This record gives sequence, structure tokens and C-alpha cells, in this order.
Amino acid sequence: MPKVHLRSHTLEPSYDVVIIGGGGHGLATAYYLAKEFGVRRVVVLERAYIGSGGTGRNTTVLRANYKTPETIRFYKKSFDLYATLAQDLDYNMLRSERGLLWLAHSEPQLRNQRERALQNQHFGVNTVFLGAEQVHEVCPQLDMTAGSKRPILGAAYHPPGAIIRHDAVAWGYAAAAERLGVQIHQGVEVTGLRIEGARCLGVETNRGFIGAGAVLSAVGGYVTQIAEMARIRLPIVTHPLQAFVTEAYKPVLDRIVASADLHIYISQSARGELLVGAEIDPYSSYATRSTFPFLASCASRAIDLFPFMARLRILRQWTGVCDMTPDYSPLMGLTAVDRFCISSGWGTWGFKAIPASGILMAELLASGKVPPLMAPFALDRFRWDRAVPERASAGTH
Amino acid sequence: MALMFPCPQCGSRPFTEFWCGGELPDGGHGAAGDIEADYARVWLKRNVCGDQPERWFHHAGCRRWISLTRHTVTNLIHDVV
Repeated sequence: MPKVHLRSHTLEPSYDVVIIGGGGHGLATAYYLAKEFGVRRVVVLERAYIGSGGTGRNTTVLRANYKTPETIRFYKKSFDLYATLAQDLDYNMLRSERGLLWLAHSEPQLRNQRERALQNQHFGVNTVFLGAEQVHEVCPQLDMTAGSKRPILGAAYHPPGAIIRHDAVAWGYAAAAERLGVQIHQGVEVTGLRIEGARCLGVETNRGFIGAGAVLSAVGGYVTQIAEMARIRLPIVTHPLQAFVTEAYKPVLDRIVASADLHIYISQSARGELLVGAEIDPYSSYATRSTFPFLASCASRAIDLFPFMARLRILRQWTGVCDMTPDYSPLMGLTAVDRFCISSGWGTWGFKAIPASGILMAELLASGKVPPLMAPFALDRFRWDRAVPERASAGTH
Repeated sequence: MALMFPCPQCGSRPFTEFWCGGELPDGGHGAAGDIEADYARVWLKRNVCGDQPERWFHHAGCRRWISLTRHTVTNLIHDVV
């Protein structure tokens, strides 16, 4: 495994492509621009440190079991790219296939999960519907009565569901991109976009003006502030998403378990911590503070599913901010400003999308043409009543 | 401690008693057939990082809508109507 440290470069006056945001999406786009499309004068500008936003705060689950055809196709590509990512980038990412159970505790969720399994199979994604007895076989650790409150009636089971080391994804892409000549600058904050005649010429930063052939905003929860610089208003509301881990425990949970009725999901990390996440906070906020009401309610639902967790201590709780769209699908593509593209609206599952988003945005920046897999997620789709409704497959992450 | 809202009818109550109705749109209704104005009012958000005018519904209390300004980083609330 190559040693990773970001080299320090002198910031140049201009680049072919300037990418705002050094999270997974920005770094992956930079890597694929250099690797697949031969565009090497690329810079990634990150105001804090790479992977400091959603990429370093998510719950590391990889899956492709979505609901709409557009999204299943997109995430299947992402899932397939993730499968060989460690080899491609020559960087160990501790990817571990666990099998993902999506529990149903009610008749509507049973129908939903059955439909999801069939829809997935139609698009070549391995998801099967399991009755309660089979759920117990796949994950005997579960309390099938969910604390005597919401008995588990069945589940959609997605055997390839996996977890992967999230920091390693950011660092793997960063290191591989640097080897191909991409520059990564941390501590550089974009303060404005220079736009003349509806065309973007570059970015103003705390280190001065940087000219660009094209500019991509790969910013997550703060994308509204970047779009405002181009006088673009987006259908995005920023919500916090919280998660917590317990102290490390012996290997006890080999599956990833999610429940849309209980709004919760649980897995065990390679270090042994039990990782618990839930739905977004019910009101918009840019604060990355963790709250006690979340911790109390989420922990109690976790114990309903796995009673042994009642004896575990909580080690750490944290929060990230998510750019939520009305239909829970991303916003990506061209804007009204020439040479300025946006990749955002990744909401609560941007981490799973990193490789596909990166390679498709790279294709768009290199060719100027919107790739077919990206087209359904156009920024102005609500104007034409073309929402891509994925909320049904959310519930949790 | 949970986020508390100063309800004009019920006094200081925890946020879990409220539904967030989202930000107040800054544009009014468009003229009949003004698709652009309607599109912007329905879908596009200011998503302010700072003081944001909002509507909240006190579903577990007086069941009335209240308008207020909330800071979206600090959660400090003022201008409750």
C-alpha cells in the first residue's frame, strides 16, 4: 500500500477544472477526470480538510436496493465500482460484505419491501423477500417482537450489502488523483464565483482569484451558499443527520439491519463498535451539534431490536449536515451559468454514490454532454414535474 | 435539554410538540399563469444559514400555527407571532 500524504503545491492562477469541495464526490470526480478523460490540470479546493463533511460522518453502508428504475441503475453502477475500488486505487478500504436486512413491522412496509425486492430483481440487483422465519434464520440476534412493540413480519434481504472504511475512500481517491497530477488544496475557501455574460470564469477564494475552464460545486450541506454566488436557487433544505457508536464489543452482529418503521439502522464496525443511525432531524439546521432527544429515542429503538445492546455504553455521537431534496434524489448536471456544474442533493446517501457520481460528473465536465445515467437528476426537474421519488426507500439512510 | 419554543398560547414547550412547516417563501403568489413565479415559490428554497423566518404548527398543544425567526445554526428564536 502506498504511503499517503498530500503534497503541497503552489496554487496556480488557473486550471482546466476547479472543483469546490474535497469530499468523496469532489475527489472522485478529480480522479476520474485525470484517469478516464486525460484532464490533469485539475484542482480540488477544500475549506477545512478532505473528508471533513458527509464523507467522514456517514455510516459507511453500501447498497443498491433502491426503488425507482433511474436510481437503481445509478446506484448499481456505484455499487459495482465500489466492489473493485480498493484494487483500482491500490488502497485498502476494509470492505466487508454483510448482507442487509430491511425489516417490515407493518402491512404497508411488507408490501413496500416485497415490491422493492421484485423491482430490484428486475434490474439485476440481488434482493429477495423473506418471511419472519427466514429473517430469524438470517439474523438470529434479532428480537422478533421488537421489544413486544412492533413484531417483525418480514424483510427485504440484500445479500451484497456491505460496509467500507469511509475515510479510506476519501484518502484513496485523493492519493490516486495526486499520482495522476491533480492538486488538492486544503484550507482554501471559495468566497465567490466570477461570472461574466452568464459564463463562469473562475472562483474567488481567500487565496485570491483562480481561473477555470469549468467549475464544479461538489459541496454537500452548504451547497446553497455556493449556488447563491451564481444567483441560483435550489430545491434544497439542509437537515442534520445524527449517528452514534457504542464501545467496542466482541463480534456479535454480522448483518446490517435497517427498519423503515423504526427509522433506525445498525451494523458492527471492524473495530467492534455497534454503529446506530437514524432519520434526519425534523427541522432544518446547519448545526453539527448532537442532541440528547435523538440519542435517547434512537438508543431505545436499537434496544427494541437487539436487547443485548442495553448493557453497552455509548462511546461517541456525531452529526453531519445533509442537502435534502423534495424527492430524496440528487441534483446533478448543468446550470443556467455556462461552465458551472453542480453535484448535490445527495441527502442522506451521498456516500454510496461517490464512484458513480465521480465518473459521471467527470464525463460531463470533460465532454460537456450530460451522460444518460445522470439525465433524470437534472437540477430543474421539478419545473417539469419529473421528480424521481426515492423517499420510500429512505426511512433511514 | 431539548430545543424549546415560546408558544404565544402555551408558553415554553419542547420542539417535539411542534411540526416544522418550513421557511416562509419570500415571493408572493404569481399572477395567473406565471409558471416561473409559482415554480420558485413551491420548489426553490432560500435555505438560509442564519436567521430564517419559519412557520411551526403546535400539534401537541394549542394546534395553531406560529411564525417566528430561528437562527439555523444557534437555534436562537425571536420575533414570535
